[in-house]
Amino acid sequence: MNLKEYLKDNIIYLDGGMGTLLQEAGLKPGEHPELWNITHPDKIISIHKAYFDAGSNVVNTNTFGANTLHFDENKLEEIIKAAIENATKAKNESINTSPKFVSLDIGPLGRLLKPYGDLDFEEAIEIFAHTVRLGVKYGCDLITIETMNDSYETKAAVIAAKENSKLPVFVSNAYSDDSNLMTGASPEAMVCMLEGLGADAIGVNCSFGPKELSEVIDRILECSSTPVIFKPNAGLPKTENGKTVFDVTEEEFAREIASKVKKGVRVIGGCCGTTPNHIKALFEKTKDIKALEIEHKNLTVVSSYTHTVEFDSLPILIGERINPTGKKRFKQALIENDIDYILNEGLRQKDAGVHILDVNVGLPDIDEAKMLKSATKELQAIINLPLQIDTSDILAMEQALRVYNGKALVNSVNGKEESMEGVFPLIKKYGGVVIALTLDESGIPETKEGRIKIAEKILKKAQEYGIEKKDIIFDTLAMTVSADKNAAKVTLDTLEYIKTKMGIHTSLGVSNVSFGLPKRDFINSSFFTMALSKGLSTAIMNPFSTDMMKAYHSYKALMGMDDNFSEYIEYASGIVTEEKLSAADNKSSKDEGLSPLQNAIIKGLKEQASSITKELLKDKEPLDIISEEVIPALDIVGKGFEEKTVYLPQLLMSAEASKCAFEMVKCHMTESKSEMKVKCPVVLATVKGDIHDIGKNIVKLLMENYGFKVYDLGKDVKPEEIVNCVIKNNVPIVGLSALMTTTIPAMEETVKLLRKKAPDTKIIVGGAVLNLEYAEKMGADKYAKDAMEGVRYADEIFGSLI
Amino acid sequence: MNTVFTKTYAEPEYNTKEILRYSASDISSDEIKDYARKCIDEARSDLIYKVCYMETDVAIRGNTVDFGLFKAESKNLSYTLRNSHRAIIFCATVGIKLDRLIAKYMKSDVAKAFMLQAIGTERCESLCDTFINDMKNQYKDKDIFFTPRFSPGYGDLKIDTQKDIFGILDLPRKIGVTLNDSLIISPSKSVTAIVGLSETDCGYSLNKCKNCNIKECTFRQ
Repeated sequence: MNLKEYLKDNIIYLDGGMGTLLQEAGLKPGEHPELWNITHPDKIISIHKAYFDAGSNVVNTNTFGANTLHFDENKLEEIIKAAIENATKAKNESINTSPKFVSLDIGPLGRLLKPYGDLDFEEAIEIFAHTVRLGVKYGCDLITIETMNDSYETKAAVIAAKENSKLPVFVSNAYSDDSNLMTGASPEAMVCMLEGLGADAIGVNCSFGPKELSEVIDRILECSSTPVIFKPNAGLPKTENGKTVFDVTEEEFAREIASKVKKGVRVIGGCCGTTPNHIKALFEKTKDIKALEIEHKNLTVVSSYTHTVEFDSLPILIGERINPTGKKRFKQALIENDIDYILNEGLRQKDAGVHILDVNVGLPDIDEAKMLKSATKELQAIINLPLQIDTSDILAMEQALRVYNGKALVNSVNGKEESMEGVFPLIKKYGGVVIALTLDESGIPETKEGRIKIAEKILKKAQEYGIEKKDIIFDTLAMTVSADKNAAKVTLDTLEYIKTKMGIHTSLGVSNVSFGLPKRDFINSSFFTMALSKGLSTAIMNPFSTDMMKAYHSYKALMGMDDNFSEYIEYASGIVTEEKLSAADNKSSKDEGLSPLQNAIIKGLKEQASSITKELLKDKEPLDIISEEVIPALDIVGKGFEEKTVYLPQLLMSAEASKCAFEMVKCHMTESKSEMKVKCPVVLATVKGDIHDIGKNIVKLLMENYGFKVYDLGKDVKPEEIVNCVIKNNVPIVGLSALMTTTIPAMEETVKLLRKKAPDTKIIVGGAVLNLEYAEKMGADKYAKDAMEGVRYADEIFGSLI
Repeated sequence: MNTVFTKTYAEPEYNTKEILRYSASDISSDEIKDYARKCIDEARSDLIYKVCYMETDVAIRGNTVDFGLFKAESKNLSYTLRNSHRAIIFCATVGIKLDRLIAKYMKSDVAKAFMLQAIGTERCESLCDTFINDMKNQYKDKDIFFTPRFSPGYGDLKIDTQKDIFGILDLPRKIGVTLNDSLIISPSKSVTAIVGLSETDCGYSLNKCKNCNIKECTFRQ
């Protein structure tokens, strides 16, 4: 019997707890249960058989932690072979006559993925893949990925399962008491991502008892179009007479799960604390309940690592600012690999209220695939909005979709064969909602009918790849109205037809419409409102345009989409007028002997530092602002810190304020094509194995303030990478940071390699566990007890170079 | 059999003075206090308070401390637990969301990231204190005395002890706390520790400063 076929009309019974039973049989805490497949096969077979006999259709092999992080390759193969043999033997010996299957059980790796842990995403995929390949080799019937409490690790495991087998894949996560995964994903976000990746059943296991998980399971049922798994614990553990017992009885356990089967749960079993008796009770309680048909929810939805964004009746805003087109400063950031600039564009758009961030980093001179992948990883590390992967480069699209922690919006596919053949397989593999442009080999049709014809062609082709209509959003292409007076009308008519007659969501890059016209925001915002009233689902737009945001909030208020006008009122009251800003500027100019900008820097007022610099740039040379205003202010604070009259938080706030002033000057100079002078380059890194970077980031902030060009290599950086950067960019100064005694050896190794490959480089070391003696012993040139000392030393070195 | 328990606590009271100490701030500055308060308000919804723990027997032989499930070699730990026959081994965490918030500000406002670090450290310490008080409360009728908490890396207790603690408490699965190859814990604001339970009073004070040898510390309470 084929499992997927059986699942169509039947409830599937899984097994119950393994760990608790093994502990009763003598397994010690901390001991690897997987080894018992080899050392105590009879005990393992007996537990598996008891579950099959109790009614389980699927039994998980005793391989929860069987991976190359815990065992060497030979031992791992021996374990998985034995585990599958044990489960198969139990299956063959069981008295249960219903269809039975052996599932390769895969649990979490116990290590957090980068950037918050040290395990690389691809490395995680490879570790899981190794286990999967062995499972396939020894003949398991399906793969169960379970107890995952991180969405990113779950994705790595599913990719590994899908790339290395054709077997059905069941995925269940462990939820926390706030009904999210421990790393933040909501049940809806997990369903969205896992359906995109093609999981065959999705749900929850472990965590708590069935009652406590009631909300999670209801929420999964609400949005899942895939069979739902429910495999809770037998409640919470307690100690009775020196034994661990769980507080939910078999009857109560069966009753609670049965109530969820009646709501549509299709795959049931137990986790910690449950025994064959629980499964037997569960089977008896539910065997006469008819399996409910899986309801197709037809939701158009994307997700981040925390939440989903659904395209429904409320308009969705996609921030367009992470895109170099027409932005000199952004282009410069891309060329200089200045990820921080890109991240700050993302953060600002989030604050401005967008729901999704478009990410376009295509420039002729850069490696787009590498940059898009890197930008995707960096953005999702600190911003929880879903991303729109925006590229026409298929390689870049694949790399970004692979590392994306969720189900992305993809921009875009079009009616050209080449485009569809490139994009659709990626959507099928990684999941995604794709924006489809109504154009093809013959260009953009001038008529509504022509564009609809292309839309139909795209839909048909998508279906051939197994992509549903709900995962497509049509962009009916906003054309320049100044070139064709009817352009906007055709776009809107097509949009209305696709939304109302074809029942498919629509999108527009609104700003194109006004190209060539003055005061473009006037036209854009009116066009936006018109499109919204025709049924526009989402717009790619500039959230810093007051006109566009006014149009959006007003539309929602007028269409009954804003209860009590609360969003509108909040937005309207938050608009800061020019007068208010300049009043604030003047307020900070009271201190004697200091200019307003210097005051803002010394007091650490970021917004003021920006706005005053902007004003000053109107009639003062940019470099004069730096030398006459910013540097003297920084010196006052820096000296204060050294004399212990200024404390570290104040020093950092001032440094942040002066960074804002610098950024304003840099922006101005980029526009006027002049270059800002820098001292010399400095490489900064937290050494391999260490993931603490606050110290390194403080040094970076101050180094940049004092005019050094910083190559920030991040944390957990290999010695070779540091040396390569030094050699490639001819860098005279390197700053290394380490916080743990365990990572000092990596620092020593880095110093050694630098000495060998780049002997002239001056090396500064710092970090909580270091001292002068350590630093001298490892051969560093300077031990800096704090960031200012590092900067002063770098200044000395720079002085000696010129 | 040793049972592993997990508990979620309500938000412990904030100790602003400790936050200012961890952030090397001017403790007399009202501006900094306001700033710290603003940062607390921002972090609050991202914090959780989870503890995973186990109670175990303990036997001391010379410098070897035997917990049954693992042994540790440490003169300092064996001295601290000299009168203890039982111990509580635990891990406390304030969760990964704070790490994300800190990472966000590392890119956009290092000053704020720095203050959030200090807040995270204080939160984790306060959570440990809350947990220990809860445990003391459970033993209040039994005349049991608690030693100060002792973590891997303190004194001569090797930081490798983390591996043993992670092994027996199954921390990644229970509360999402993980250990990397360099023995660094994620989420970063997490603590593992051992507390001895004894029937004789070893004279440890409830005020942790009084158990500390550094007498000239400006933060001594």
